[in-house]
Amino acid sequence: MSAHGDSKDGYDFAHPLPVPMLLSVFFALVLLTIITVAQASFDIGSLDIVVVMVIATIKAALVMAFFMHMAYDKPFNVIVFLSSFAFVALFLIFTMSDSKQTSPDFEPVIEEVAAMEVASTPVAAGEPEVSESTAE
Amino acid sequence: MSTIEAAAENAHDAHGHDHDHPSFLAHHFDTPEQQFDSGKLGIWLFLVTEILFFSGMFCAYAIFRMLRPDVFEGCSQFLNTKLGAINTGVLLFSSLTMAWAVRCSQVKQDRGLVAMLAATLSCAMIFLGVKAIEYSHKWEMGLLPAGLYFYDPANPHPESHTNYLFYICLPFMILLGGVVAWLVVSLATRNKFHVQCAMPLTVAAACFFVGIGLGMVLESGGSEHAADEYQAHATTELEQTAAIQLVSSGESEVLESLATESNTGIQSELSARQRQLENAGTAIVQEGDEIAGAIVSVEENVMTQRKAGVFFSIYYCMTGVHAIHILVGIGFLVWLLVRAVRQDFNPQYFGPVDYVGLYWHLVDLIWIYLFPLLYLIR
Amino acid sequence: MSAGSIPSGDQIKDPGYPTASENYLTNSKGALSWLFTLDHKRIGVMYLIGVMTAFFAAGLLALLIRLHLFRPDGAVFTGPEANNWYNQVFTLHGAIMVFLFIIPSIPAALGNFLVPVMLGAKDVAFPRLNLSSFYLWVFGAIFFVGALMASGLDTGWTFYTPYSTTTDTSVILATSGAFILGFSSIFTGLNFIVTINTMRPPGMTWFRMPLFLWATYATSIIQVLATPVLGITLLLLIAERVMHIGIFDPEFNGDPVTFQHFFWFYSHPAVYIMILPAFGVISDLISVHSHKRIFGYRFIAYSSIAIALLGFLVWGHHMFTAGMGPMTTIIFSALTFTVSVPSAIKVFNWLATMYKGSISLTTPMCFAIAFIFLFTIGGLTGLHLGTLATDMHLHDTYFVVAHFHYVMVGGTLVSFLGALFHWWPKMFGKMYSETGGRLAAVIIFLGFNLTFLPQFVLGSRGMPRRYATYDPEFQTLHQISTIGTLLLGVGLLVALFVLLRSLVKGERAPANPWGGATLEWQCTSPPPFYNFERPPAVGDPYDFSDIFWDTENERYVTVEPDRKIAPAEQPEPAHAEGTH
Repeated sequence: MSAHGDSKDGYDFAHPLPVPMLLSVFFALVLLTIITVAQASFDIGSLDIVVVMVIATIKAALVMAFFMHMAYDKPFNVIVFLSSFAFVALFLIFTMSDSKQTSPDFEPVIEEVAAMEVASTPVAAGEPEVSESTAE
Repeated sequence: MSTIEAAAENAHDAHGHDHDHPSFLAHHFDTPEQQFDSGKLGIWLFLVTEILFFSGMFCAYAIFRMLRPDVFEGCSQFLNTKLGAINTGVLLFSSLTMAWAVRCSQVKQDRGLVAMLAATLSCAMIFLGVKAIEYSHKWEMGLLPAGLYFYDPANPHPESHTNYLFYICLPFMILLGGVVAWLVVSLATRNKFHVQCAMPLTVAAACFFVGIGLGMVLESGGSEHAADEYQAHATTELEQTAAIQLVSSGESEVLESLATESNTGIQSELSARQRQLENAGTAIVQEGDEIAGAIVSVEENVMTQRKAGVFFSIYYCMTGVHAIHILVGIGFLVWLLVRAVRQDFNPQYFGPVDYVGLYWHLVDLIWIYLFPLLYLIR
Repeated sequence: MSAGSIPSGDQIKDPGYPTASENYLTNSKGALSWLFTLDHKRIGVMYLIGVMTAFFAAGLLALLIRLHLFRPDGAVFTGPEANNWYNQVFTLHGAIMVFLFIIPSIPAALGNFLVPVMLGAKDVAFPRLNLSSFYLWVFGAIFFVGALMASGLDTGWTFYTPYSTTTDTSVILATSGAFILGFSSIFTGLNFIVTINTMRPPGMTWFRMPLFLWATYATSIIQVLATPVLGITLLLLIAERVMHIGIFDPEFNGDPVTFQHFFWFYSHPAVYIMILPAFGVISDLISVHSHKRIFGYRFIAYSSIAIALLGFLVWGHHMFTAGMGPMTTIIFSALTFTVSVPSAIKVFNWLATMYKGSISLTTPMCFAIAFIFLFTIGGLTGLHLGTLATDMHLHDTYFVVAHFHYVMVGGTLVSFLGALFHWWPKMFGKMYSETGGRLAAVIIFLGFNLTFLPQFVLGSRGMPRRYATYDPEFQTLHQISTIGTLLLGVGLLVALFVLLRSLVKGERAPANPWGGATLEWQCTSPPPFYNFERPPAVGDPYDFSDIFWDTENERYVTVEPDRKIAPAEQPEPAHAEGTH
């Protein structure tokens, strides 16, 4: 398990990162933040979410690898942490795929009612809303 | 088994251990490295639980965004990108200082460690200050979870509202007062240790109000006007200029109500904010133009309780739980700070700094995803 | 092997008996020394008392349910509120049993006591976290009692929306309780994973760990990965009730089926939190009391991990009739069958272990055999429920009730009792009456089957679950079931009596009363507060060849052929410096 071997002075399980490295990671992160904000001004359609998530993932990878010392950590710890994403993916994929399949039944059925009563009679989805037209 | 000598020893200390056990090494560990490795694996596992904890909300987000992209696009424009970006920067910086703090503890730079922890704490407080501005502003507009939602596009800034900002600030004011009192008392009694603890904490507590100020400045020049622009779009008769008029009038309503609350702290912000508003007049138009351009694609009004409400529910759940994590992190950072002043950490025992650091980076990590997912939907 | 006399001229190893100042039960005195203890064994004992109390309370509620169902129109609760009372009683029965008893029973109570001792460690990795997870359990229990006192709870233990967002009962108190209990469970799991990973003494390799530790490890993986999702689900449910966030509440265009997905993403793996430790217990019990090496050690070990991971893929089978998409139901149904493979591997391995073993029909062994019988029925009826076509018919009937009681009670509870009888001498240093113990095991086995076998028939004939009244045609079967419950209750009381009596009148237990080869039998009964003076010599946990029955002293002893003391340089441990 021990990645650095064992010795009595203990210095080798402390792994201080050099300050220039920390600073350069930070500036890279800030740069990526600026890029992600800037790209939001352009309308790139459905690619938008992909671009945004890719940038976020690069940032996350930087934080994990350097700030969280993952690049120098024990492989087991890395596996433990990264496996959590696999389970999140599992959770998201199954739940979302089911929601997608059942979404026709799941589209909003309760429209706004001006009097804010509980709408006991569902109205079909897609019809124009009541309250907004009155509000205008 | 020989039992006599072990039984004679203290119940808490080593049982037949011959080698010396430093004070920071718990009795059931053999070496500092074993202790560190255990803690490290423990905190990684805890972070795994955190990831899965947040995954529930990300899942809810994904489902509802998949089903109602229009709602998410429309509502996202009520979130102020500038504030979100600033907060991202603040958190990234706090991550930097935290990583640096870990380094300081590893190379036994006690003063540097205190400074870095104080910087991290201050950033956390600024983050919360900015968040307070965001939250209070939305609550005033009625952009709330579905059950409480009362936003009305025709009247985005209703007259009668509680001064939410004041109530959010109140605990932090008390906190600041308390820390300042502590500082004064410890200065008076010349207790060096207490002064060294209270000083950075005072700075950190004051930073909440720096965050408030920062938030106010940016909010008044920012895309809060998206809301008004959005509303201007919905009521197509209104001219762009008229919308800006409405912005200013809505803004002044907020300001007035703030002023009438006889809150000097906020009143002082008021003037700065008014100036900012005037200065930013032209910027608003540009900002508004952009956003109006995007909104054209939205066909039906999504700003209804049962549509937008769900977006804001998810927004408050995600950012709220994230903010709670920040608060918890602040608690741990204060604990670390006191211990750092006490010079508890050394190259063989820096685990707590490292573990809190990992937790703090995770909070940052989650914000890295929250920011584009909530603020940058176009 | 156990038979025969001790070979002469060899060295007999037996730790003897602990002194009062060594014994973890007596080395420090006073209530505070218990309440603030960091000793995993004392925390385990406190957990044991806690979960037994919860089990007693929930068991009484179960008795009320069954008595009420003695007559088709309800025998216990009367008046206009009768059905509400019934709803509250079965809800609290389920919620308390699941959250307060079954989930913490083996992992937290017995696991806390056993994991470090079996591992040869001095304590768990984080003793303070361990104590705090016990107090989280206590707080969670207080919340449940609060819910009971306030306005009860009538949602069923699953808290399904939309009912849970509209009912007037104290859903928030109960969900807060479950939320807190979730964290108790997470911290216990986290502690065990770290303990097993980093606290192993020299020589304790992964494949020298007793199978109970493997099962605990697998359980802990689930606790750490699944429980947080329950936490956020319950938090969102509370938010839904407080401010109608519209994620689960259909009134605000939320989706109740999403709640079920969220809930079962935790709660199906939680089923394995409940049963996996039982598998571990049974693996050890069967091997020790058959005095034979466990058959297929690696397969049992790997199948525990496999079950833990596969358990995450099958949650949808709780929702076949809830309105899932047709494709999802098929996928979940298919995946459900995969779980039966590692479960079956275990059962076959246990049987193969018993085959040609020298079986002592001690009380723990009686429970272990009962477990195999009951779990097999429980597991096989699960296949009917995992099959889409039959599940449509059986869903939400007594068939489901009978199925999960066979697994949870016939599996987990029976193995919990087996484990309790097995390690009782180790925990408290007292031997109980074997006759009494066996009697209890037989009564429990009969009472259990009498209670739940008729429910399979009831369910397949269409008797829905959670109903306070029923058609008179079901009366006979319901009455048999109720009589079975009474018998089961008597059996449990006998077991309790036997155990409590041993504390007062029991003989002093030897270090190794059963002839086990795992490390906990190498320290005294009860263990000293420091477990092991120095890291113990670790051997094969299922190698019984050097364990002999010492007729003179009525104990098992380890006999070592005369040989040189182990070399000064022991194999390098994961962390130790080698200076021991």
